[in-house]
Amino acid sequence: MEQWIQLTIDGITLGGVYAVIALGYTLVYGVLRMINFAHGELFMMGAFGGFYTLDAFENHTTMNDSLPSLTIALAIFAGMGTSVILAILMERLAYRPLRHAPRLAPLISAIGVSILLRNLMLRWTNARRQVFPQVFPRGSIEIGDVNVTYIRIFLVALSILFMLLLYIFIQRTKTGTAIRAVAEDRDTAALMGIDVDRTIVLTFVSGAALAGAAGVCYAMYTTNAAAGMGFLPGIKAFTAAVLGGIGSVPGAMFGGYFLGLSESYSTKLIGAQYKDVVAFVLLVLVLIFRPWGFFGKREDRRA
Amino acid sequence: MREDAAPVVAQSAHLELDGVVSGYGQIMAIKGITLQVQTGEIVALIGANGAGKSTTLRTISGLLRPRSGRIGFEGERIDAVAPHKIVSRGISHVPEGRAIFSRLTVRENLEMGAFQRTDRAGIEADLDRVVGIFPRLRERLKQDGGTLSGGEQQMLAIGRALMARPRLLLMDEPSMGLSPVLVETIFNTIIDINRNGTTILLVEQNAAMALQVATRGYVLESGAIALEASAAELRASDLVRKTYLGEV
Ligand SMILES: Nc1ncnc2c1ncn2[C@@H]1O[C@H](COP(=O)(O)OP(=O)(O)O)[C@@H](O)[C@H]1O
Ligand SMILES: [Mg+2]
Repeated sequence: MEQWIQLTIDGITLGGVYAVIALGYTLVYGVLRMINFAHGELFMMGAFGGFYTLDAFENHTTMNDSLPSLTIALAIFAGMGTSVILAILMERLAYRPLRHAPRLAPLISAIGVSILLRNLMLRWTNARRQVFPQVFPRGSIEIGDVNVTYIRIFLVALSILFMLLLYIFIQRTKTGTAIRAVAEDRDTAALMGIDVDRTIVLTFVSGAALAGAAGVCYAMYTTNAAAGMGFLPGIKAFTAAVLGGIGSVPGAMFGGYFLGLSESYSTKLIGAQYKDVVAFVLLVLVLIFRPWGFFGKREDRRA
Repeated sequence: MREDAAPVVAQSAHLELDGVVSGYGQIMAIKGITLQVQTGEIVALIGANGAGKSTTLRTISGLLRPRSGRIGFEGERIDAVAPHKIVSRGISHVPEGRAIFSRLTVRENLEMGAFQRTDRAGIEADLDRVVGIFPRLRERLKQDGGTLSGGEQQMLAIGRALMARPRLLLMDEPSMGLSPVLVETIFNTIIDINRNGTTILLVEQNAAMALQVATRGYVLESGAIALEASAAELRASDLVRKTYLGEV
């Protein structure tokens, strides 16, 4: 029994991370009908943004010791900032010039950006994993017979918080409503006086901020950062977004947790070595039987 | 720029197209259109399906950039201005087929119409005014736009355009697909909006209705102006009677 509880906690932790990343895919898809294949690299670059910021403060151990929460917040904001700046550049240089090109062109451009960023970081780090500074207080609490580390609780809470903030932004603010309007009909949105280009940039920025924060937290959790770290979480979050119905915000959240839990339970049911396969089997199944996902609308899948 | 509770009165709406050529890629859908709309007028632009009416409106509102020619509004050129900035200059466009945001609520649709405005109190007042004009929208403010009937969507599309407090309103086939009773309602509203000081350029296939409310009109054929006259003269002309009013 404890084992199942433990697996559920694992699944929720990981699922929250997937969900937060998946939101970036779904938001950008919503406004541009394009999969930003470089989104996983925004996650990775965010982790490095946090890493190098902490690195710069390394000698100030007094700060780490006396104010861990401040250090953690600093790392997260640095990661978000890094990803946001990169996303703005990415949109401006690699995607906007292709706005009116055939649909395949920006996809290929995105794959190019992804390869570029990954290789830049491979070179910069000499292809070595960087050990992420131990800023998060060690320790755990007991829930019944189950041990839950602080970092896990933090990860679960933070991902819920970020999702809530995003949901409020999209549903309750004027800019969020404009993002939904642009997603539905770009020309008509322009006729309302909405600056469509600016709204698209803001969409990238929102997704990137989430990815950057997720990157830093994931690196704290796994205690390292590496150039290739965006690949698997990126593609799994993409799977989560498709599971939920790409373009759908609640869908991405649902898909993230669904995938996290599926992966976690599968380690017990099928075997830990197949954990990564589960995501792809699910992706294939959804694409075959319900390509618009659980929350997506059928007509949203028009070419 | 605007006073919060200022009445919606036109100052000097004046639209001028001079030799405007525009289209899609290789296709030239309008081939040198020259027309004027004076302050306070309702001008009808009639023509068969595919004549280039919608293209003309889309070019005025900046969705399409003219290949050549010039567009002036209130004495300034607007033919290289981005569509969202044209809205802030005082032109609103009710697009063909309503183009309601179906997944936004009715209220959100109306609020998007006022996107450029920051005068909260004024926006609320105008929202009240719009649901006063179209009481059926009032009961549906919280519903998604997609759940409205065709007539209600047309009301919402017009109301949404009014939320920007335009001095010039471009309307693309507001009667399309509506029952005769609803067409009557919509056209009465158009007259009211105009009486309240908004200049209107009205595109219609329903030439009979359009020429009843308009002061002047243009007939568009294959992307070029074939005829320009007062509405009364157009109603009496052979070309219009045979081709657009279905008389023999
Ligand atoms: N998006 C488009 N792409 C290519 N051609 C178009 C497009 N929209 C309209 N056209 C063409 O431009 C011409 C004028 O169309 P339009 O302005 O919509 O006419 P109207 O509104 O008078 O029915 C037509 O020949 C039409 O086929
Ligand atoms: Mg048309």
